[in-house]
Amino acid sequence: MSARDLDDGASLALRVRRRLLGDRLAGASLAVLLGVALACLVGPLLTGHPYDRIYYDYPRTPPSLALYPRPGTVEPALARLAFRMRVRAEDVAVGPDAVRLTLAADGPVDARVLTYFARSDLFGAARVLARSGDGTRLTVEAPLRRTRFLAGTDGLGRDLLTRTLAGGRVSLALGLMATAVALGIGVAYGAAAGYLGGRADAVMMRLVDILYALPFVFFVIMLVVFFGRSVGLIFLAVGAVEWLDMARIVRAEAMAIRRQDYVRAAEALGLTTAAILRRHVVPNTLGPVVAFAALLVPRVILLESFLSFLGLGVQEPMTSWGVLIADGARSIETSPWMLLVPACALVATLMALTLLGEGLADALDPRGPR
Amino acid sequence: MSLLAVRALRVRYPGLTALDGLDLDIARSETLALVGESGSGKSQAALAVMGLLPADAAVSGSVRFDGTELVGAPRRALDRVRGARIGMVFQEPMTALDPLFTVGHQIGLPLRAHRGLGRRQAAARARDLLGLVGLRDAAGRLGAYPHELSGGERQRVMIAMALACEPDLLVADEPTTALDVTVQAQLLDLLAGLKERLGLAMLFITHDLRLARRISQRTAVLRAGRLVEAGPTDRLFAAPRAAETRDLLAAEPAGRKSPPPAGAPTVLEARGVGVAYPGRRGLLRAGPPRVAVAGIDVTLRAGETLGVVGESGSGKSSLGRALLRLEPAAHGLVRVEDRDLTRLDRRQLRPLRRGFQPVFQDPTGSLSPRLTAGEIVAEGLRVHAPSLGAAERDARAAEAFAEVRLDPAWRHRYPHAFSGGQRQRIAIARAMILRPRLVILDEPTSALDRTVQRDIVALLRELQAAHGLAYLFISHDLAVVRALADAVLVLRGGRAVERGPTADVLERPREAYTRALVAAAGLGPA
Repeated sequence: MSARDLDDGASLALRVRRRLLGDRLAGASLAVLLGVALACLVGPLLTGHPYDRIYYDYPRTPPSLALYPRPGTVEPALARLAFRMRVRAEDVAVGPDAVRLTLAADGPVDARVLTYFARSDLFGAARVLARSGDGTRLTVEAPLRRTRFLAGTDGLGRDLLTRTLAGGRVSLALGLMATAVALGIGVAYGAAAGYLGGRADAVMMRLVDILYALPFVFFVIMLVVFFGRSVGLIFLAVGAVEWLDMARIVRAEAMAIRRQDYVRAAEALGLTTAAILRRHVVPNTLGPVVAFAALLVPRVILLESFLSFLGLGVQEPMTSWGVLIADGARSIETSPWMLLVPACALVATLMALTLLGEGLADALDPRGPR
Repeated sequence: MSLLAVRALRVRYPGLTALDGLDLDIARSETLALVGESGSGKSQAALAVMGLLPADAAVSGSVRFDGTELVGAPRRALDRVRGARIGMVFQEPMTALDPLFTVGHQIGLPLRAHRGLGRRQAAARARDLLGLVGLRDAAGRLGAYPHELSGGERQRVMIAMALACEPDLLVADEPTTALDVTVQAQLLDLLAGLKERLGLAMLFITHDLRLARRISQRTAVLRAGRLVEAGPTDRLFAAPRAAETRDLLAAEPAGRKSPPPAGAPTVLEARGVGVAYPGRRGLLRAGPPRVAVAGIDVTLRAGETLGVVGESGSGKSSLGRALLRLEPAAHGLVRVEDRDLTRLDRRQLRPLRRGFQPVFQDPTGSLSPRLTAGEIVAEGLRVHAPSLGAAERDARAAEAFAEVRLDPAWRHRYPHAFSGGQRQRIAIARAMILRPRLVILDEPTSALDRTVQRDIVALLRELQAAHGLAYLFISHDLAVVRALADAVLVLRGGRAVERGPTADVLERPREAYTRALVAAAGLGPA
């Protein structure tokens, strides 16, 4: 008997934690997952862009570290601005932080046109430095508004990093909550059906079959019709559908466990059905359950994007990874980063989840390696 | 020159040496028995000879078959030898045949692979082979699927398959262990006869010394991966040289049960107990019920042991479950300690369950892998002494561990960390912590090695004497029953064939069936 068998006195939670942290891959996955979750939670506050702010001057900007506006783009922008103000831009001097120019027109220049500067994404509010005697020339100074788009912008000019992080809130919450719902209902239901067997099992599983036969989209549309559109409803709809698979998997496991001698011994000890389910059946189904749950999270996230695509899920300007990926896929030729950025976030999360699931299954199994 | 020469064979896994320097020789038409307990490396030797070891095994040394080196040989070279010149029979006839193909097809496969026979020729040869291994209605059985055959028949099919290409050597890894004793005896006769007729050499691997003695000319004894002794079988059994061999030989269960004290109170009284499973339900009406047990009477007094013997399918285990009130299809009257259990439902039965407890055969399957040994042992207290706190339960579990001679410090380990014999002790402790009056032991020693069996038998005796327990001891192993039981009940097809005091039934059986059982068991003098 080697030293690794001597988990003497360690509680389950303690043992799982110790083993999980001992497993380098699982530990790294957990760190990635926590990192992603934290970034989604606080990230949108730190990027400097609201997730729904549209920069009309920066649509489809590729990701870069550079500061905008770029040096060569200021003059053309000023020319466009002057055209809309119906004035001429003269003596343009672009400084590091501000531009100085003279607005000239044939008649007097109304200072109210200066609001055009503030409306632009490139400049701040302009102020008048000097006015010619006849009012036809106005010398003004406008600060440059310096911004960065680390992950680029989307087709409307919204910051993709902020949107990805904000969308992650919806996707992660939906993925974890719908999985938790599916886990809770599916494990309890499947274990009970598989353990009880016979007529109870037949009735319970026919109910599952009926729910399976219900078309999912139809089901969601019905819910939306009756209860209106909300994210909470999506949780409910997805969770209500995804527990069916879980129930079937757990039932098959429970049927095998029911025939084990340790269950018979527990019956002979006089344990109640609930206690047998709780202490013997459910814990022994954990391996496949954890593996399946780790696969369920990505499925739920993608399912949500499908619903949103149909117009039943998350609505603009709120977003989710699924929506972002669907958008990105449509503009893959012109702006591939719109697909790459949210896809990378999803892939990193899913890989971490899968590896963590495997690690967790190992850690929960007392026979597994430490 | 010997047909098979094994030299310094060593099989290592990461962190474990399974075989450590094995030397063996088998001459043509000679049978060598390789004996040892589980974990001694017997099967590893067979797999190494066949080149069937898993990929993480590191093999060194030499296995020469008729001059050809097999260790490290490329797969093609191995395939020219195995299946053609070396045949193999595995232990488990349930899983060694592919359930998706007919028996005829599977026997034909090696013929088509090695001899290049066509489908029809292979089928004809397969029919001959099935006749050779003594399967009744050989032609009709060609199209049968494995699940349509009994265990003994399946093993005959395996032998036919192994013999298909007329090999020089047959490797048989515990070929009869999964079978009933009477079938076991028939198969041993078959193998001995085939060996004579075909001039086969045989490597016969077994844990059962009596089988080795019956079938082999020479015997080699393995222990913990090392060869401890090898020599002519007669000499080895008459005058074992190594201490390990003597230990194995002395492991036959010995001694007799002393009768219970006169006037001991009756613990179990059962009248007309039967188990009838409802028939397959058709569209309109149910088929006839399948009767597993019919009309059995059992009376047990405190300190008394009744041995229940019979072949697989005789209803032994069903009877045990019926007496435990775990079998919904059971009927008949069961009284434990003057309480009639017959009419009680699950809820009413629950408080009474502490009086009668089971111990099952499979020491792995009877312990939940997710609970610690201490939690398993203390589980009954949760039901029957709910007022106890966790600390008190744990203290009681520690006492129960000590009672079954396990170190109480081990109660925080999980079942996988224990050996088979230790697991069975945990299962016994789980029953004993409730201080039952009656323990129903369903093949409690059958999955254990003889030396471990001896210790468990001693433990059961000790507990019985200390607590005046009544045992219903279900077993197919007459040697253990003889050592433990006051009386024996012989079951066949769910009915009592014979019953009486142990000495009478096993030494002067009245019924033909009992005589066949006793003869097949080959009981030595005790």
